[in-house]
Amino acid sequence: MSENLGKNQICLIIGASHAGVNCAFALRKEGWEGKIILLDSDPELPYHRPPLSKTYLYNAEAIGLNLLKSAESYAKENIQLLLKIRALRIDRKTQIVQLDNGTWQAYDKLVLATGARAMIPSIPGLSEAKHVYPLRTAADINEIRNKISQNFSQEVVIIGGGYIGLEIAASLRKLEAKVTVLERESRVLARVTAPELSLFFENLHAENGVSIHCNKKVTAIKGGSEKTQIICADGSSFSADMLVLGVGIQVNSELASASGLEIENGIRVDLTTLTSDEHIYAIGDCTNHFNPHYQRYLRLECVQNAVDQAKIAAAAICSKDVFYDTIPWFWSDQYEVKFQMVGLSTGYEEAILRKESEKVFSIWYFKGNELLAVDAVNSAKAYVWGTKFIKSGEQIDKAKLKNSEVELKSIGK
Amino acid sequence: MAKITFITSDEQRITLEGYSGSVMALAVENGIKGIDGDCGGVCSCATCHVHVAPEDLSKTGEASEIEADMLELDDDTDQYSRLSCQLQISEELDGLVLRVAK
Repeated sequence: MSENLGKNQICLIIGASHAGVNCAFALRKEGWEGKIILLDSDPELPYHRPPLSKTYLYNAEAIGLNLLKSAESYAKENIQLLLKIRALRIDRKTQIVQLDNGTWQAYDKLVLATGARAMIPSIPGLSEAKHVYPLRTAADINEIRNKISQNFSQEVVIIGGGYIGLEIAASLRKLEAKVTVLERESRVLARVTAPELSLFFENLHAENGVSIHCNKKVTAIKGGSEKTQIICADGSSFSADMLVLGVGIQVNSELASASGLEIENGIRVDLTTLTSDEHIYAIGDCTNHFNPHYQRYLRLECVQNAVDQAKIAAAAICSKDVFYDTIPWFWSDQYEVKFQMVGLSTGYEEAILRKESEKVFSIWYFKGNELLAVDAVNSAKAYVWGTKFIKSGEQIDKAKLKNSEVELKSIGK
Repeated sequence: MAKITFITSDEQRITLEGYSGSVMALAVENGIKGIDGDCGGVCSCATCHVHVAPEDLSKTGEASEIEADMLELDDDTDQYSRLSCQLQISEELDGLVLRVAK
C-alpha cells in the first residue's frame, strides 16, 4: 500500500460545489482510506448550480435545490462536510489551514476548489443602489425570487448579455416580469459564439418579449427610494425596480495567492491538477490549466471542467498515473431552446452553418481543416457528432456538412 | 411507489424504492456506481446511461429523439438504452430492472 493510502492521512477540500464534492466522492472510489474533510462557506447542502438561473428561478412550486449528493451519502462515504465555514489562511510549511470558526485544520493533501464569485462592476452609484442582485449562489436566487414574487410585473434590468444574463432573462420572462438586457458589446454572447448565434438569441429573446440593447456601457446608477436609474455612456437611461448583474465572475484565488502559490489568471495547475506546492491541488473554475488537445492554458467556467478535474485530482492524490485531457462541453437552456456546445472556438477562421430548420441548426468552427468546436441549437445530433469528430480528429467534408440532407455520420472524408 | 433494481458493472444487484423524481436522481442519492448525472438531469451529459431489461421495455418505452441522439455519445448503446434522468418514477416502473452501462 502506498503511503498516501494510510488511514491517518487527512485530505482537506476547500469548496463544496461541483468540483469539491465530486473530488471527495472520487477519493473514496480511488481507495483513499484517510479522513476527508470538505468545507464551504455556503450554508446549503451542496447543490447543482446550473439550474439556479433556470428551473430553480422560475418554477413557482419551489422545486427546491437539486442536491449534488444526498445528506446521507456524505455519512455513508465517511466524508465530513462542514458548512458555513470559511478558510482564512493556508500555512504551507506546517500544512495547516486557519478556519473562521477559530480553529486550525491540519492536512496531508489539500484540494482548493474555491471556484469564483459574481463580479461586481465598479460603476459609480452601484454600491449605494437598492435592489441590486448578483447571481452565483442559491441565496442570491432566493433573494431574486423573493423580490420578484412581490409583484411579477416589475421592471428588471439585467446588465450583461452572456449566458447567465440571458438565462435569467428567459426565467424572469416566464414569470412575466418586464425584462431589459443591457450588453456592452455589439452583440450578446460576443465572447463565446459566432455572430449568427448571437442574432438567433437576440431574436429569440425579442420574440419572448425581452428588450435587448447592445453597445450599452453602463456608466452610472442613480438609486431612488423605489426605482433605480441606469445611465449609459451614449446618454440613454433605463428605469428598474430590480437590477440584476450578469457581467461575469471573479476567481476566488486570494487564499492560494496569499500562501504564495503560483497564480496566473487563476491558480496555475499541471496536468494532474497539482499546484506549485506538491501537497496542494486545485480544481474547477478557480484553475488555470493546460489543455493538451488545444495546446494552451485555459480557465474554464463550467461543470464539465469541475467534475473532470475533480476525478483527476482524486486519482492523482491516490498515486494513480493520470492526466487531464478533455474536450470542454457546456449547455444552456433558454425558453424551449436546448443549446449545447462542445470544444473551444477561439481562433477559428471559418464558421459553417448547418441548418436543418429555423429552430434546429448548428455552427461548426474550423481552423483550416481542423474542427475546433460545435454550437448546436436544438440539435443533440450535431453536438454528439461534433464531439466525436473533435475527439477523433477525422477530417470533415465541408460541402457534406453544409448539406443537411447528408447525415452527420457520413460527413467524414 | 416503484421498486427498481440496478445491476452495476461489478454485478452487484441493488433494489431501491422510489416515489417521485427521476430514476437518475434515485440512483445518485443511493450512490449507484456508474450513474453520475453530472448535468443534474437535463439530458445534456449522457452520464446516466442504463440498459433496460428487454422484458421491461414496455414499462419505460423507448428513448425520445434527443435522448437517442445523446446516447450516441456512448459506444455501447443499443435498443434497450435509456438515459435514466429521462425516466420518471411512477408505479408503472415497479419491478423495473436496469443494467448500468459500462
